[in-house]
Amino acid sequence: MATRETHDRSHEIPPKASIKLGPTQDEEVFGDAFSGQVVGRFIKYVAAYKALLWVAITAVLVFTVSSISIPLIVRDVYDDALAEGAPDRSKLATMVIVFLVAVGFNFVANYLQELIVGRVAERILIDMRRAMYAHLQRISLSFMDKTEIGKLMSRLQGDVAALQEFLQTAVFAIGDFVLLIGIIGAMVWLDWRLGLMTLAVVPTLFIVRIIWLPHARRSFLRARITSSIVSGALAENINGVRAVQGMSREYVNYDLFDIRASDNLKAANKASKYGVMMLPIVDTLTGAAMAIIVIMGGFFVLGGSMEVGVMVAFVLFVQRFFDPIRSLTMHYNVLQRAMASGERIFEVIDVPVDIADKPNAIDPEEIDGSIKFENVTFGYFPDQPILKNINFEVKPGETVALVGPTGSGKTSTTALLHRFYDIWEGSVKVGGHDVRDVTQNSLGRHVSMVLQEPFLFSGNIFENIKYNKDSATREDVITAAQAVGAHEFIMKLPEGYETELEQRGGNLSLGQRQLISFARAIVADAKILVLDEATASIDSYTEMLIQQALARLMEGRTGMVIAHRLATIRGADRIIVFQDGEIIEQGNHDELMAMGGLYSRLYSMNYASFDDIPDELIAEATRAAEGTST
Amino acid sequence: MRITRMSLHYKWRLLFGFIAIFLASGFQLAIPILIGSAVDAARSLDASSVEIANGAVVSAISSATDVFGEGSNPAKTALIVIAVLLFISSIGRGLAAMFQNYMGESIGQNIGYELRMLYYEKLQRLSFSYHAGVHTGDLITRGIIDVEGVRMFVQTALLRTVFLVVLIGTGMYLMLSEDLQLGLISLSFVPFVAWRATAARLKLRSNWYQLQERLSALTKVMDENLGGIRVVRAFASQDHEMKKFDEASNETLLLANVQVGIRASNISLMSVAFMLAMGAVLWVGGLKVIAGDITPGELTQFLAFMSILLQPVRQIGMMINGFARGSATGGRLFQVLDLDPEIQDKPDAKDLEITNGTLEFHNVSFGYEGEHTLNGISFKVEPGHTVGIVGPPGSGKSTIAHLVPRFYDPNEGYITIDGQDLRDITLDSLRKVVGVVEQDTFLFTASVQHNVAYGDPWAPDDRVELASKYAQLGDYIERLPGGYDTMVGERGVSLSGGQRQRLSIARSIMLKPQLIVFDDSTAAIDAATEQRIRAALTDLTKDRATIIISHRLSSLMHADEILFIEQGEIVERGSHEELLAQGGHYNDLYELQIRPNEGNPTVDGGEGGAS
Repeated sequence: MATRETHDRSHEIPPKASIKLGPTQDEEVFGDAFSGQVVGRFIKYVAAYKALLWVAITAVLVFTVSSISIPLIVRDVYDDALAEGAPDRSKLATMVIVFLVAVGFNFVANYLQELIVGRVAERILIDMRRAMYAHLQRISLSFMDKTEIGKLMSRLQGDVAALQEFLQTAVFAIGDFVLLIGIIGAMVWLDWRLGLMTLAVVPTLFIVRIIWLPHARRSFLRARITSSIVSGALAENINGVRAVQGMSREYVNYDLFDIRASDNLKAANKASKYGVMMLPIVDTLTGAAMAIIVIMGGFFVLGGSMEVGVMVAFVLFVQRFFDPIRSLTMHYNVLQRAMASGERIFEVIDVPVDIADKPNAIDPEEIDGSIKFENVTFGYFPDQPILKNINFEVKPGETVALVGPTGSGKTSTTALLHRFYDIWEGSVKVGGHDVRDVTQNSLGRHVSMVLQEPFLFSGNIFENIKYNKDSATREDVITAAQAVGAHEFIMKLPEGYETELEQRGGNLSLGQRQLISFARAIVADAKILVLDEATASIDSYTEMLIQQALARLMEGRTGMVIAHRLATIRGADRIIVFQDGEIIEQGNHDELMAMGGLYSRLYSMNYASFDDIPDELIAEATRAAEGTST
Repeated sequence: MRITRMSLHYKWRLLFGFIAIFLASGFQLAIPILIGSAVDAARSLDASSVEIANGAVVSAISSATDVFGEGSNPAKTALIVIAVLLFISSIGRGLAAMFQNYMGESIGQNIGYELRMLYYEKLQRLSFSYHAGVHTGDLITRGIIDVEGVRMFVQTALLRTVFLVVLIGTGMYLMLSEDLQLGLISLSFVPFVAWRATAARLKLRSNWYQLQERLSALTKVMDENLGGIRVVRAFASQDHEMKKFDEASNETLLLANVQVGIRASNISLMSVAFMLAMGAVLWVGGLKVIAGDITPGELTQFLAFMSILLQPVRQIGMMINGFARGSATGGRLFQVLDLDPEIQDKPDAKDLEITNGTLEFHNVSFGYEGEHTLNGISFKVEPGHTVGIVGPPGSGKSTIAHLVPRFYDPNEGYITIDGQDLRDITLDSLRKVVGVVEQDTFLFTASVQHNVAYGDPWAPDDRVELASKYAQLGDYIERLPGGYDTMVGERGVSLSGGQRQRLSIARSIMLKPQLIVFDDSTAAIDAATEQRIRAALTDLTKDRATIIISHRLSSLMHADEILFIEQGEIVERGSHEELLAQGGHYNDLYELQIRPNEGNPTVDGGEGGAS
């Protein structure tokens, strides 16, 4: 067992180790059980299934009525068919037939309510998740940049499930409520004296529940929180298992996890105690109600003021009586959770889509591959422009390298081609069209992008290269892979192009992933290619392969490369040097060298990549360059 | 089933649970008898001769009558006695049910806890080859949802099933002994329910399993979409992505619908069976009452019996679900728990004894899923010496790094530290001695300090700070809002690639390993910072063996020996100068990296298209 080793020092000093993975606060705050706004919005999703839901509600009502009618029929059996002294077979037969009819209704209604409510709830779950997901596909990257994926995932899963639970509960709560009213009505109608006496236990139950509920809820909440801490700790350990094993942290982690898991165990057991505590209370009250029925009802019957069948019906009702009360108070929790979840879901759905296609946006079939930035000023936060009055032009087929220190605005420039963000001033033109005048879909089609960190999806290599180009054939994919030099290694994989990728392409090396993402860009066959060249994380061998692939990639396309490699930079038709959001130099390698500005100074420092150059040296070179230009 | 066996560990709780079950069933069954007696008592028009069928109740009443005295109305006395007994039975039932449920839940919680710990421990020990082949999301799901499923199973299904069996069994006996025909009719729904229960159980079980698989597929789709949002946007592939989403989500919907359907027909059929039996009891029992064979009270007793069974009958549906879930999730869970870590201590493994600190690879070959990644690698690193390893990607460099702490075992050949084969020593002692600085570092959600001290949680603060300074991370940490207490990781401040690598270096320094392996661990750190780190580390590494794996020659050209690896084999070896003199691959690489401005034929050839 893992605990075989004990840390002798562990009692003196607490370890520098903790599992701090509580649920974030906003996910556990409990609010109102009812929020008109949330319910109102939620109704819209439900409304799509109006017809079905009416059927379901009818079914719930029929189910309830038939459930109530069964004890009533039993009463009639006693009082009419089996009446003292005058038993009647034919009446008995009629009663039994009526009973069977009620059972028939009960059966059909029961089936329908379960089926429809269940299916509609599943359907709405999917609709809401889809709405949120579809919205996430459209909202601006500035929102996505700031938001943790984990948080969004918990909204897509947990919160949606909470709403689904709410819907199911809501329909059954209506049923419970109707059942309760029905039972009370039937009891009072059968014999108001006995009815009211029996109902006297109800307030007691409500009072007990009201006292019990806050305590119980607190213990349930605590159980849930500790459980999510345990889950978080487990997830983290799985994600970081290499670090754990590499540093032999197994024992310490096991002990820490044990603390958390024991906490959870304690909290859960406490919650159980609160949960089961209700059982004897309800049973005691049921017993009291039955005792009242037996004594009072019995006396009434003895006195001749009530028939014995009524007593039997009362006994049958009382047994059903407490269930609806119990579940109605329980639903309260579900409601609270659903409201909180609803708010979080709608919060996502309400994030405005700042970057939307104009209503008359065009979708040009072909463009010429030119790029033009005119007086572009842009930033992510007000008053902090990242790009200041940028002007440049790229001719179709030309390859331009963007260079400059980190934070100088290179990545922002490329992001604007796809209109990931809207600029403050000026205009960005792709193929002669302002990016705001064309659809975002057309930008995606005409401008393709290779990210610095290649991102691959689950699925096999073929699917990854083809990606969303549905018209691409197998030949297209293979040709593209050959062009970037990926074909060879793909064929060496156990199943060639059909090899399934592990999570994020974990079974390929970084360089191989890069090549696949190149191939993907070739298949996409866009006129303009934006490439954020990988920084130092690719080794020189792959770099050679990649340099060759790059050349193939650029053939016949306009290229805009955020370049880090000197080889890439030197190969470009034109180099644009950025600094602090401004273009300070432009020209080809030789021209820039001749100018003796920042570029030539950085170049002469002899680093394989501009990103290797420490900040101090860049500052120095900048100062020197400024010195020469002024 | 194994889960059932696990619950046997909680003998006392189980025993109490069973006692509670018998008490609860007893009280439960007393209730219909009492109700039936009450009906009869109330019906006795002739107040002097109360006609009650059940003998036990009669004797209770007669002893009560003795107490009240003869003068009282016997029917009223009977009613009061019955009412008191009913009240007591109800309380008794409630208390017994409480104990029974609590025992069930607490056994469930404890087993959940046990499984969670076992799972955690197992995952920590399963070797890299296992973790590399599984989706982490799946593992997390198993640990969270599947453990929960098993727990729910134990909690709801285990004791309650026994309760049901006892209740129905005893009830059956009572009913049959009272009136065979009527008893049989009353119980006629039980076999039908049992059959439905089993059939649905099997269906739900396989369905549940499939649904879980589909759900994790859907999670994967969403997770990747959000993670790769820039790719999605750049390729304008929202439609494509929505299609993927819809496909995955419709698959879950289909399965969920099947599940809802099974459940709906199951629940409604079971309850209709019950009610039809009740109708038959009314008819046959009614006839019997008319014929004078039984009293109305006895008929009521049968009806009340059935009524009491209604709730448990409905619970069978729930239990089936619990069983289905329990065995599906239990199956998945035990699948992991039963795995044997590929790498584990030999039974007679000894702790590693460091005499000198020399690492040696003896003709090591390693293959991964049939592919050979390393072939006949031999080298030796002595304390105070550095071996540099360079080569194209996929050449097996990182595999060497993974073999040293025995993340994998070689297929052929062996690795020794001071002459001791790694396979003969305990993993714990080995990994305390070997520090691998990985290329990609995982940050735990904890303070910077705790992250740096990850491998040595009892280290004093000043050592943590010193290690951070060595790794050139100290200044950065001190500028953080909370200094060393700043939270990092998924829910904290995010660090850049270079900062993470520096943290990783600091982590390894903390361990003062006898052997340090840098596995491409400076790739994201700029060259100048790397130089400073190296300078700071000279002192630390001066009497230790060091392996530097890098593609950046400047990181390793000062190594005592450099191995150039290609396709798993050492193709060139020697010092920097020797390798340059050889004019082979190493020299080519040097040309490419260190002096690119002088041009390189390969690269220029490649650039042809662009220029």
